[in-house]
Amino acid sequence: MTALFKSARTWAPLLGIALVAIALLVIAPSVLSPFRLNNLGKYICWAIAGVGIGLAWGRGGMLVMGQGVFFGLGGYAMAMHLKLEAAMATGGPDAIPDFMVLYGDGTMPGWWEPFRSGPFTLVAIVVLPALAATILGWAIFKRRVKGAYFAILTQALAVAFATLLIATIQQTGGFNGLNQFTVFFGYNLYDPANKKMIYSIAATVLIVCLVVVWQLYRSRFGELLVATRDAEERVRFLGHDPANIKLVAFVVAAIMASIGGALFAPITGIISPSDVDATASIFLIAGVALGGRALLLGPALGALAVGYGQTMLSESFPDQWTYFLGALFVVVILFAPSGLFSLLPRAWRAASGLIGSRRVQEPTTPQPQQEVPA
Amino acid sequence: MDAFTTPLLAGTAAGALLLIAALGLALTFGQMGVINMAHGEFLMAGAYTTFLTQQVVTNSNISILIALPAAFLVAGVLGLILEATVISWMYRRPLDTLLVTVGVALLLQQLAKDIFGAQGDPVETPGWLDGNIDVLGYHWPYRQMFTILLALACLAALGALLKYTSYGRQIRATVQNRDLAETMGVATRTIDRVTFFVGSGLAGIGGVAVSLISGTNPNLGTTYIISAFLVVVAGGLGQLRGTVIAAFAVGIVTAFFTDWFSSSMAQVLTFALVVVFLQIRPQGLFTVRTRGLA
Repeated sequence: MTALFKSARTWAPLLGIALVAIALLVIAPSVLSPFRLNNLGKYICWAIAGVGIGLAWGRGGMLVMGQGVFFGLGGYAMAMHLKLEAAMATGGPDAIPDFMVLYGDGTMPGWWEPFRSGPFTLVAIVVLPALAATILGWAIFKRRVKGAYFAILTQALAVAFATLLIATIQQTGGFNGLNQFTVFFGYNLYDPANKKMIYSIAATVLIVCLVVVWQLYRSRFGELLVATRDAEERVRFLGHDPANIKLVAFVVAAIMASIGGALFAPITGIISPSDVDATASIFLIAGVALGGRALLLGPALGALAVGYGQTMLSESFPDQWTYFLGALFVVVILFAPSGLFSLLPRAWRAASGLIGSRRVQEPTTPQPQQEVPA
Repeated sequence: MDAFTTPLLAGTAAGALLLIAALGLALTFGQMGVINMAHGEFLMAGAYTTFLTQQVVTNSNISILIALPAAFLVAGVLGLILEATVISWMYRRPLDTLLVTVGVALLLQQLAKDIFGAQGDPVETPGWLDGNIDVLGYHWPYRQMFTILLALACLAALGALLKYTSYGRQIRATVQNRDLAETMGVATRTIDRVTFFVGSGLAGIGGVAVSLISGTNPNLGTTYIISAFLVVVAGGLGQLRGTVIAAFAVGIVTAFFTDWFSSSMAQVLTFALVVVFLQIRPQGLFTVRTRGLA
């Protein structure tokens, strides 16, 4: 009986991931209209970034408030390639994006040049955020800067990043961002079949990310990460370097955010500073908080729900969305800090208690103590 | 000489503004470990109080003097409400207070948009602050000098409160060792409320100064909150002098970067500088020594 229970605990996550996979890859494409499917694709991009936030914040205790930066690194890398592809499709191999002629002096900055290559872009989408996160994470974690300090620094980074983008209109399209893509690695973006293909890619990537974090959580690394979150000093006393453990989680989270951003650009047809700034980063966190930061599926499902909620509410009450987002933060963090899905087992226990099955009360696990910076 | 005095003086004024905003943050963060992201919105509340006072008392020379205590009260009461309704539920969860107050900040911003409109409102500069003085080739506006004086006055008042009053003694005791202070009969929860009221009220006063420089705006808080937090991070907790030095340093350095490059580059460089600075002093400039491990 115990063995069965144990294996259920081990395989239940896989079942959950499989259900998500069936819902996103089989049911959704056959039920939803192309417009709604594309919307779902957009939420999936946020969910991919959310899975990374769950890893860094939920399991690692690092409140990453600037994931928009990494989302933007991937998004802009992809958008630059798509922009060049669109230009080259009409103007030959030396063509440059239209906005550079419009706002600039008609020349292209040298660092755009390599993004003409598709393979380079794909590599850059992974390597750029990994590099940025490693440098920043190294500088912050090695000096044992943590807690709120870390959160504030990441948010300041997001603010600076967006400001920089807005100011460099000749190089990055400024406030308008990059848009009007026509071709995606040779596939016409106006063809609904190709749009559907990109959706499937995004959904598959999300499933892969879920499998990756599932395995990470099961691994020794996952246990060390949780241990670091709950008692960093003790982990240090045991001979591990918490900085390295946190760095790995932070870098993986950054890469996931970047991939999410890279898929966001072709799905929505635009990437602009408002998709990557501090507010966008907070929006990403909202989904993770709602779904349950430390759960496996919580961050992804939460991000999907918040994305859906934003579309629905913005359609019916365009001005009230901010109220909902603000209230969501307050209510969720106050009353369900581990997320909505963590309430399900509790509700289940309450229900079974009503029916009358007497169970030994589970030992209450102590709340993860978040450290007050000295 | 102009290329040097302009950023120096303008930067000092910007630093003074940051100081007013950061004092309250450093106070609540240092004492309670509460990260109040809605602090910027208290600044905004102060700015709108100035605007409303001018609607009632049309003589701008007098209204600004009424606005100062009014803004302190409005922001302070907002802070008390926030403390009582939300934050008091989540002591010992400092990172969560950060997120909850982000939510509160969003609510207050939207509320300001709905009440006052998405566009900002202009605030009339009183006659006695309208004008400038020529300092080594820079026409230094009186408004900037006023901001600096205001910041110094706030600093002096807060310093006196902390040093000479019994409240101040109890606040310092709570910062240094909350449990021990409680054993000695300090009502730490009441002290927390006082701190929150004073800290938020200071933001309101900062809002008056902001409104004189840039008018009111629903998004005004977001402009200042991050810089103010960088000041707190760089300055260290628990002592005012760290905050003072860091505020003026950030203000002046940003002004020079803006002058040399651009305002957006200045933001990026200031951020990079703070990260580099934390490599040298990860706990900020000054910090209260504790024996805790965390």
